[in-house]
Amino acid sequence: MTSKALIKVENLTGGYNETVILKDVSFEVYEGEILVILGTSGCGKTTLLKHLIGLLYPFSGKIYLLGHDLLSLPEKKAMILMRKIGVLFQNGALLNSITVADNVAIPYEQHTNLKTDLINQLVRLKLKLVGLPHAAELLPSELSGGMRKRAALARAIALDPPILFADEPAAGLDPVTAASLDRLLLDLRKLLGMTLVVVTHELTSIKRIADRILFLDKGRIAFLGTMEQAMASESEPVKKFFNP
Amino acid sequence: MNAIIHKLPERITYYEVPSLESELKSLLKNPLKEIVLDFGEVHTLDSTGAVFIQSFANRLREADKQVRFEGMSANVSHTLQLFAPIESKPASKPAKENIFVRIGDSAHQWMSYFIESLVLFADIFYWAFVAFFRKKLRRRSEVINQGVQIGVNALFIVGLIAFLIGFILALQSAAQLRLFGANIYVADLVAVAMISEMGPLITAILVAGRSGSAITAEIATMKVSEEIDALNVMGVDPLPYLIVPKLYALLIVLPLLTVFANVIGIIGGAVIGVTYLDIDLLPFFKEVISVLRYKEIFTGLVKSVTFAVIILLTATYFGFKARGGAEGVGKVTTSSVVASIFFVIVADSILGLIFYFGGPSF
Ligand SMILES: Nc1ncnc2c1ncn2[C@@H]1O[C@H](COP(=O)(O)OP(=O)(O)O)[C@@H](O)[C@H]1O
Ligand SMILES: [Mg+2]
Repeated sequence: MTSKALIKVENLTGGYNETVILKDVSFEVYEGEILVILGTSGCGKTTLLKHLIGLLYPFSGKIYLLGHDLLSLPEKKAMILMRKIGVLFQNGALLNSITVADNVAIPYEQHTNLKTDLINQLVRLKLKLVGLPHAAELLPSELSGGMRKRAALARAIALDPPILFADEPAAGLDPVTAASLDRLLLDLRKLLGMTLVVVTHELTSIKRIADRILFLDKGRIAFLGTMEQAMASESEPVKKFFNP
Repeated sequence: MNAIIHKLPERITYYEVPSLESELKSLLKNPLKEIVLDFGEVHTLDSTGAVFIQSFANRLREADKQVRFEGMSANVSHTLQLFAPIESKPASKPAKENIFVRIGDSAHQWMSYFIESLVLFADIFYWAFVAFFRKKLRRRSEVINQGVQIGVNALFIVGLIAFLIGFILALQSAAQLRLFGANIYVADLVAVAMISEMGPLITAILVAGRSGSAITAEIATMKVSEEIDALNVMGVDPLPYLIVPKLYALLIVLPLLTVFANVIGIIGGAVIGVTYLDIDLLPFFKEVISVLRYKEIFTGLVKSVTFAVIILLTATYFGFKARGGAEGVGKVTTSSVVASIFFVIVADSILGLIFYFGGPSF
């Protein structure tokens, strides 16, 4: 690969307070690629994402995002950098007191000078793209888990961020919706040049979208490479994952 | 060719759209009918840009222009396709209906609130009646439990405020009464005011604030966390199970609290009478007893029973209306307390008028 690395992680050791979860993790994510993070539940995938977006501060190591050293960036610059990043949290993290449409409108209202009319159109389009054309006026508590996830995805891609982090976007979805969600992710990558870091367990989905796979096991990288390489990997946890 | 060719900039993203919009507006006024939007130089187009360009083109078409896109790369045309605006006329601009329709709608809305609460009222009383005779529905320990929460725990604050009110009533009137040498009438004034008006009212307001809000919050929490659904699924009607014990408790406790408030309020008045107006305790209380007719006591009792029903009904109604999550609970709780105090005061005025003009005389 000749493309440049948009995300660079060097010897990251991190976790919560006193608990070490991630041990000496190093990898790069290249511009325009889709990196899938795999691993058994509780192995630290969400924790890794939280480090990458600056919600957790590592014990040691370095993280570069879009060429900036995330850990030594002053707060204001970090806030501006965060606008270039879309995050889909594992539980959606929609604001519960406002409607789905108002949730998706937040990035537009906070970071652009667009007219209300255009914002409304954009919101409806984004909701349609994630397959929720009729949920605009509902409250998050009136959606199913999978719908909430997709509404949160619509919010995450509102401003077409160059980098999108998605924590289990397809969890709890039927195969048809999951497939159309994958197509959307591929379109975003192809048309807007988005770079995606996706946590998912769905094997069919991984086959459809993954350029490379990063396999985490007990906080360490057990494997990093393409799907074919993964299938042929000698690593025990990886073998077990593909042939349970 | 009589066409305007407009070259679009290299970048069309959410950042450039506002300025691009003011630039393109001139096209709407241009007399030429044919407009060509040249994408030849566009290399960065995001979803905002795609939606904007296409919905602007539609606006031009509505203004009777012919619009063509030219020079699109495959990528740009694919992007335009993916982010094609949804062109059903949006529900985002609800047409302003005329004033009469709106008044009619809101009257209709209020009517349906009114009917809903009447139905709830009828249901609660039906169950209150049935529960009285059916052993399974009688939850005596729950009534006692609620009674303690609503009554005993409110004794201190009700007593304190009643004392201050009685004290202030006496103090404010003392100066005037003194002028006429009518010192002893301070006892009449405080007793009548407390028993027929202030006692029931302030007790009800305090209980609405303390227990009404708690009842609303409890039911609302159960509603949003689907506990009410769970009860229904188990075949347990939430009204007799949750609400009726609270009704019994309120019907017993509020009149008792009111009597307590009256006594303490009169004592508050007595403090002023003794210290400031030189009345002895014994004549003061003799005067209190002589002035009280059954009418005052009856008025107070009717009021406090009515208030108990109002507080319970309002709290229940708003509790069941909760929707959303935790903040939904907060919202209905606030509305419930405000509405409850409002209805208590309205009922107080109406009962006051009825007893003053009509009412039984004893
Ligand atoms: N807020 C927290 N504080 C302490 N430990 C946590 C916290 N959140 C998660 N953990 C622990 O970190 C480990 C990794 O969790 P997580 O990254 O969420 O796993 P997953 O790979 O399923 O996303 C788990 O052992 C979990 O118990
Ligand atoms: Mg996780």
